[in-house]
This record gives sequence, C-alpha cells and structure tokens, in this order.
Amino acid sequence: MRVAVLKGGRSLERGVSLRSGARVEDALERLGHDVLSLDVGADLVRRLGEERPELAFVALHGRDGEDGTAQELLEILGIPYTGPGVSACAKCMDKVLAKHELRDAGVPTPDWFAFNDTAFRDLGAADALAEIEERLGFPLVVKPARGGSALGVKFAAGAEEVPEALVAAFSYDDRVLLERFIEGRELAVSVLGADPLPIVEAIPHESDPYDFEARYEIGRTTFVCPAELDDGSSQAVTAVALRAYEALGCSGFSRVDLMLGAGGPQVLEVNAIPGLTDTSLLPQAAEAAGIDFEQLVERIIELADEGAPIGASD
Amino acid sequence: MSEPPHRRRAHASARDLERYGGLFAERTKVMRSSAMRDLMAITARPEVISLAGGLPDTSTFPPKSFAAQMTRIAQESSAQALQYGPTEGFEETKDCILQVMGAEGMLPEPEDVIVTTGGQQAIDLITKTLVDPGDPVICEAPTYPGAVPVFCSYQAEMIQVDCDEQGMRVDRLEEVLAGLAREGRRPKFIYSVPSFQNPAGVTLSFERRRRLVELAREHEVLVVEDNPYGLLRYEGEPLPPLFQLEGGDYVIYVGTFSKILSPGIRLGWAVAPPPVMEKIVLGKQAADLCTSTLTQYFVREYFSEGRWRDYIADLVEIYRRRRDVMLEALDKHFPAQATWTRPEGGLFIWATLPEYIDSGDLLAKALREDVAFVPGHAAYGDGRGRSSMRLNFSGVREEEIREGVRRIGKVVAEQIALYERLTGELPPAAAPQRPAAGGESADVLPFRRAGEGRG
Repeated sequence: MRVAVLKGGRSLERGVSLRSGARVEDALERLGHDVLSLDVGADLVRRLGEERPELAFVALHGRDGEDGTAQELLEILGIPYTGPGVSACAKCMDKVLAKHELRDAGVPTPDWFAFNDTAFRDLGAADALAEIEERLGFPLVVKPARGGSALGVKFAAGAEEVPEALVAAFSYDDRVLLERFIEGRELAVSVLGADPLPIVEAIPHESDPYDFEARYEIGRTTFVCPAELDDGSSQAVTAVALRAYEALGCSGFSRVDLMLGAGGPQVLEVNAIPGLTDTSLLPQAAEAAGIDFEQLVERIIELADEGAPIGASD
Repeated sequence: MSEPPHRRRAHASARDLERYGGLFAERTKVMRSSAMRDLMAITARPEVISLAGGLPDTSTFPPKSFAAQMTRIAQESSAQALQYGPTEGFEETKDCILQVMGAEGMLPEPEDVIVTTGGQQAIDLITKTLVDPGDPVICEAPTYPGAVPVFCSYQAEMIQVDCDEQGMRVDRLEEVLAGLAREGRRPKFIYSVPSFQNPAGVTLSFERRRRLVELAREHEVLVVEDNPYGLLRYEGEPLPPLFQLEGGDYVIYVGTFSKILSPGIRLGWAVAPPPVMEKIVLGKQAADLCTSTLTQYFVREYFSEGRWRDYIADLVEIYRRRRDVMLEALDKHFPAQATWTRPEGGLFIWATLPEYIDSGDLLAKALREDVAFVPGHAAYGDGRGRSSMRLNFSGVREEEIREGVRRIGKVVAEQIALYERLTGELPPAAAPQRPAAGGESADVLPFRRAGEGRG
C-alpha cells in the first residue's frame, strides 16, 4: 500500500514528531509498504494531491497535526488517515476543552480554572487568584491549555510562585489553566482500537517531584510497564481511561494520562497522537502486551481502514 | 518495480537505536532536556531571525580570493594537500599561528603548538588528557555553552565561578581553590575565556589577569585560556593574554581561525607545556590522526598573501557597527527591568531579565514572533542562568538585529506587563524565586540598566 507519513511541521514538538515519523517509516518499509515521507509545510496539500497516497499515517505532534488541522485537510482530499478524527484531535489538543468534555461525561479529572490572557488584561482576573488558590490548594499546577511534553508546565508551591508560573505558561499559549495537584502515582494507559494496553507508570528518580522536565530526560525517570498495581486499582484505572478515550471521541489509538491518588484515578489529559519514538510510552505498552512495533503500526493502519470516512476509501 | 525517488534512507533507523540502547556508556546519560533541544532546532527555520548563532559573517570573505587560493593549491600542491599530514600539524600552519599569536604579543615555541580540528577539539583533547571522572574543573559562570557538554562527557565536576563586568570574580576563585584544598582536592584546570567572553561578552581586567595566573602558580593548577576573539576588539586598549603574562608554564592556550577567517575550515590550535603536549598529541592521534591537510594548505596560502590583518580590520569595522546597532536597539526596545553587558569586542551580548522570566519559556513565545536567542541556562551546569539570554550580533545584518531585538523586547514587555498585573504592583527588587541548585541564588551578570552607562 502507498502510505504517506506526515511528520515534522512547525510545532514546538517538531523534533519528537520527526523521530516518531522516522520510526514509523522504517516499520512501514519492513512491512512492504511504499512509503512517502512528508515533512509537512506549505506544500502539503499540493504534494498529497500529486502523490495520491492510499493512506496517511499522521505522526505529527502539537499544533497543526494533533489539533485536527491536518486531519481536516486529509478529509477534504479524501485520504484515509490513522488515529483519531478531527473532532477528537481538536478536543484533546486543548486541555481546557478536554476537561470540560470529561467532566460532562462524568470522568474524574482534577478541579481547575482556566483563563485567557485577556482575562488578566481586561477583566482583572488577577483579583480572583487568591480565591482560586484557596479552592485548589497548594501546590497547584499551571499549564498552557495547548502544548505537549512538559513545555511550560510549572508547579507553584505557594501563592508567591503563581505569577511566575503563569508567565511561563502564557509563553506557550494565550490560554492557561490552574489545576489541583493530585498526590499519587503517575500512570498512562494507551488504547489501541477499543483495547486498553498495559498500564505504564512513570517513576521519577529525583527527589523533586515537581520537576516536570525530568520526565523527558533520559535516565531521570524510570518507566515501568506493566505498572505494579493490585487488580482492583488496575481495573479502575483502565476503566476510567477507556471512558476518557470514548468521551473525547478517540479512535485508532491514543494515550490517556492519569494520576492515581487517594480518591481513585483522575484523568489529566488525553494525547490524541502520542509519541511513537523508541522512548515513547505507547510503543512500550504495546511491547508489554506482546505487540512489537511493526505489529503496532500494522494494527494502526488496519484501524484507519476500518474507520475511514465514507467515500474516502475505495 | 523501481524505487520511488523519495524513499528515505538517509539516517539510522530509530529501531536500530533501540537495539543498541543497552550498550550506551554512562557518560551519554548527561544529555540535555530533549524538549529544549527540540526548541533550539526550530530556530533554524529560514523565516526566523536568529540571534542564537555564534557565527562570524563569512559572506565578507571575497569568493574570488578563495577561488584563486584553492586553484593555486590544486595546481601546485595537489598530491600533498590530499595526503595525510603530521598529527601536530604542518610547520607552515604553525608559522601562521605564530603570526596570529604574535599580533597579541605572544611568542610560543613552535614545538609547543598543536594544530587541532577547531578550538573545540583543543578543549576536548585537553579535557581528555587531564580529567578523570569526578575531577573538579573550574570555569566561569556563565561559561561557553559548547564547553559544558565536553566537561560533562568526561564526567568532570563543573564548578562555576561568578563573573561581573570585569570578568571572572578572581576573589571567588580564590575561595573555591581554598575550599577544594581543604577537602584535599585539586582541580585539574581553570577554563576561562578572558577576552570578550562567550556568552557574557565581558573581559577580564588586567589586575584580575595578573591575580589569576598568580593563583595558578601558587596552587599549581593549569589555566586553559580560550581566546577565539582576542583580535576582534572594537574599543579600548588590548590586554595581555594570560599566556603572555604567565609565561606558559601553567597556561594552556587555545586559539582558532574560526572567528578571524572561517569556522568552516575547522582549524584551531593549542599551546601547552611539553609534557602536557606529549599527551595531547597522543589523544589527537587517537581522535583523528591529523587535522585536515587541505584546510591547512588553504590557511598557508591565505597567509602568504599577507592580507590577513586587513581582513580582520574589515571584520572589526563590520562587527563594531553591528554591536552598536544591537546596543542601540536594546536601549530602545528592552524594558527598564532588563540589563545587559556592553562588550568591547567579540560576538555576544548577555542580557538578563527579571528573575520571574524563564528565558527558555520566553524562547517559545519569541519563536512565535520568528526570533530566537540562546536561553541562559545553557551556559550553566547547575540550572542557573534561567532569566538570561545570549544575543549574537556578528552573524546578522543590521536591519535584522534591529528587528530581532524589537521582537524580543516586545515579548519581554508582554511578560513583564502580565507579571505586574498578576502581582498588582511593580515587582519588588528581590522577586520571589526558587532556591537555585548551586547554593548562591542570583545570577551575578550583568548590571547595566537600560539607558545607563553608555560609554
């Protein structure tokens, strides 16, 4: 089959995307597919039109790729693609939108408040900070609404650290959220089609649990898969993750990040198109389920065919 | 079926990386945050005005001369220029090096000189020769960002001594040396860029130079003097290099043609006392046998024309203007809360923002405005420098400097305005901050406020 791999682009996560894409291309070639490698840019639509691939493998992370934009274009061109559709991507990309969807669907997610920069500029939102802080408690987490990896995610241990954290988060997006910090275990459940994969637990080495960057540095975090959880917790986590996946309308594959605290599992976010690099969590989880990377890629392609938009496949 | 032309076969597959994962050495684990590295990769987009480079402007080198020189090499010395050369480098290359060092008053013995693949290799070879895992290495705070991965890869313990506008605080250095002596430890060397430092742009004062080499003698510790920019002085009187002041017993000198001719030719050098040089030569043999013969021939040809000092004079004119344009732009576009250094030479200005601004996060915002700089923490091994940035003026045209600084000033101003709205007041002098890993918290550089101290 002739498969276009969409990777790179202009997002801040360009580097991860290029690594995901390269790895997928390798696997596709070994599976005997005809691979068209596309570092997405201004010529994307033209190239797709000329090359007419039978399928697009979307290995884009961050804006333009994971937010549904590229998927929208693929639908217009009638090219089936891997992973979630436009609506799920758009919802997952924006953590605020996603959390509303989750809460509406009764999926537990930590309490939060979200603001645009205009709220501080024009509406005096700064005056509400003390109230917000009282409701969420400390420490709290400040995040850009859209953005991947740990970029711009900061902890604030006390009120004096909140402004600095907000300034950092607003560097990445004009909307940010302040979220209650859930003390507990950091887990990720990847879903392939309708099937949950074994749970991955991230265990940071460093004593500072608030150092988000550590998670993305080799050697500073250990990932355990399957996570060592009792059956009850394991089932509860998986069930919540599946509900989140459904609530956001995901299909094909995605990864749900959760915290398991005293009050049970709570969903932090859903990554519509999680990383597929050699250190990414979804491939690790698949591996733990006995699915090697080639099989994973093959399965993702099958799922794309099953879920192809009407009129797009022949 | 024929292979389509776009099939990608260029780089090693990710799957292969995994297969080798268990084989990686401990020292490979000191890599920097990948998220930030990815950010830096984006600065290479063509639409981005990058003040992040460390580039000399090679467009000023006349292509005609380049063509004539290379033609002469091909016609007259083809076989030799394509052959291996001695590990130490050609005598003729060393003659050129002696001329360059002579221009700053230094007179090394040719046999103490080794020609290296850029100054970077000299730093690598010196560290390889002297440092065992865990050995202390002292350097400036901030230090040359390119030296940090070298020290890390040999698992040195980096100890950084703060700088002010007179360069390294030698009084602090004295304390560090005394502290180490009490612990029975001896640093292997003190790494310094005394003139127009990368990244801070500051220059070590004459008094401090004297004191630094005195301390080196007292403590029998080597100083590695990295001097890529010494001849690129735009104002003020030249200061003697440490090598000249000390006499060369305890100073290892590192030089390069990168900033006075071309970084693409990868030609640098080191001067070291004979016993140290012997080991460095062995290390060089293991690393790459010899420095490119072809580019050594090019340098020989170029120097034989006798115009190399004129070319540097041209560069000095161009870079002085660019520095002035950047300083003016900073005055105009950076907010009053920012400070920056005013270098007398070199390629860089170091700007420091209020402590609540993280220049790594700021870079993400700046990239949306298509402008880039180097976040300050790259120049520290201990997490400091987060509110500073390195700005390059040598490799960017004047209009781009103005526009680039304007865009950075805009995003900084937005962040400051946001912070002030959030705190409901002008930020206090001592803004809230997390304790830094290195003990002392504040970044010492720099001190000039916008609009102050011109000249």
